[in-house]
Amino acid sequence: MAAMTNAHAPFSEPHPEVLPLGLDGVLVRFALRFDAGANRAARALVASLEAAPLPGQVECVSALASTLVRFDRMATTRAFIEQALRERLLDIAHTPTHPERIWRIPASFGGENGPQLTQVAQIAGLGEAALIDQLCASPLDVLAIGFAPGQPYLGLLPANWEMPRLSALTPEVPAGAIVTAIRQIVLFANASPTGWRWLGRCAFRPFQLHAENPVPLRAGDGVQFIPVEHSALSAIEATGDPMGGARLERAS
Amino acid sequence: MSGWLDILSIGPSVTVQDLGRPGHLAQGLSPGGATDRRAIYEAAALLGQATPRACLEMAGMGGRFRLTLDTRIALTGAPMRALLEGEALRWNASHLLPAGSVLDIGACESGAFGYLSVGGGLACTPLIGAQSAHLAAGIGHRLQPADRLPLLADPTPDAPCLALTPEPRLSGGTLRVIPGPQTALFSADERARFFATAFTVTRGNRQGVTLAHSGAPFAPEAAGSLVSDLITSGDIQMTGAGVPMVLLAECQTVGGYPRLGTILPVDLPILAQASPGTTLRFREIGLPEAEAASPPESQWLAPLRRACQPLIRSPHDIADLLGYQLISGMVRGDEEGT
Repeated sequence: MAAMTNAHAPFSEPHPEVLPLGLDGVLVRFALRFDAGANRAARALVASLEAAPLPGQVECVSALASTLVRFDRMATTRAFIEQALRERLLDIAHTPTHPERIWRIPASFGGENGPQLTQVAQIAGLGEAALIDQLCASPLDVLAIGFAPGQPYLGLLPANWEMPRLSALTPEVPAGAIVTAIRQIVLFANASPTGWRWLGRCAFRPFQLHAENPVPLRAGDGVQFIPVEHSALSAIEATGDPMGGARLERAS
Repeated sequence: MSGWLDILSIGPSVTVQDLGRPGHLAQGLSPGGATDRRAIYEAAALLGQATPRACLEMAGMGGRFRLTLDTRIALTGAPMRALLEGEALRWNASHLLPAGSVLDIGACESGAFGYLSVGGGLACTPLIGAQSAHLAAGIGHRLQPADRLPLLADPTPDAPCLALTPEPRLSGGTLRVIPGPQTALFSADERARFFATAFTVTRGNRQGVTLAHSGAPFAPEAAGSLVSDLITSGDIQMTGAGVPMVLLAECQTVGGYPRLGTILPVDLPILAQASPGTTLRFREIGLPEAEAASPPESQWLAPLRRACQPLIRSPHDIADLLGYQLISGMVRGDEEGT
């Protein structure tokens, strides 16, 4: 099957598949397994479709390795959207993507704020301090938003962060938990069970129901964690601000 | 806002629902909204609304309600025993509720989700553009005794009460399935086996319905480390154990389980109303046939409106006929028939 052979191919020349998802959706899939190039291509396609929507397009969204376009069946047809997407794909094949916005988010690691930090450091072959330095050295990309409202998948971390999900679920990590698996980070919007390892926590809440903009992060943003002491995080939390001390900067 | 729906008592899982919040997939928020979407279009038809308005979705059990102004109501979806001041009300119909009267809605007689809609619609404060509760996303809540919900005045409380015969959807059946992005990950043999299998509903809620079958679990040829991908309501996903779970209104926006296909929106109400023990089968159809069979929701209301008939009370609908004075019952019947 073509899709399978493409899964690990480099994306200098993507061969995405154009597939149906429901009666009003066309999914462009760049890879079946996670691939950084496929993720960039998916986000580049969304950026293009947001800048210049297709006639009849009602929504577009990228996931880790695909882009979905939902269309108005009264205004256009699947055949038209599929053809327009194939043409659009030619334009985005070599589009470089750089984050336009970078979030700096205070976070505290280890101890009660990240009980599995020691384990993560061990698997990654670093001391705890060196691991935190590595994580916080530069911004990670928001690879996708999903699973729960506002919740970002961040990555891709260096190769020494390649570690599988746990075989047993951790029954609950709190809102703001920073967890890792498969060279990615998830920042939990709400208390949740997880099979990823919990290494830190922040006071930033990626889903703020009552805020004017309930979901501050967007796919393609950069997120850099700024390590702070437990006490500093507690002080930020005490303010009750769901932004949790996060600062938004425009990339230069 | 011009009145209130007072909740005197309430079943364990009653929420405010409407058409949900389409357009927020990029924020990780699935559309949600009524689980049986056809039921709220039926209510809109019965109440003469241009589009379905916010109403109550009652999972399994209703509650006891009182309104502060004269309002028509519509009862749709899974039929439940409904009494207005002790008098039985027909399901799949609209009725006038005088201000201050008490409406009792009991347990489902069949199906899973019943709907109580009001003529002007509920007028709760919208969150992210809709009134509907999306419990999985932490939006809204299950209604509690003593809650009161604001409602808009019924623009035409004196409009004749109507009834319709809904498309049957309470006892399972065969659901039509279109191919999805991962259909080809399942071998032709595995797909053929799936479409030849009868499934039994084991449990269901607003997030999805889990199915059981006898025989081997269903597995794609390439399982393992598939990257999580976008999902939609109606998707038939195979969990790690090879057991199908069909996604409904409150599904997540991305999921990692392989999916065999997507149930047509027009058939999804059958799944939504399938209570545990119901038998379901699936039939694969192509996209052109599916597009003709399942028109966009904007086309759902007109045929339902045409299907509405004046509500005529028949002895069959009166649960406790012997408790009525038959003469006054006949007089009331004449009034409602005109």
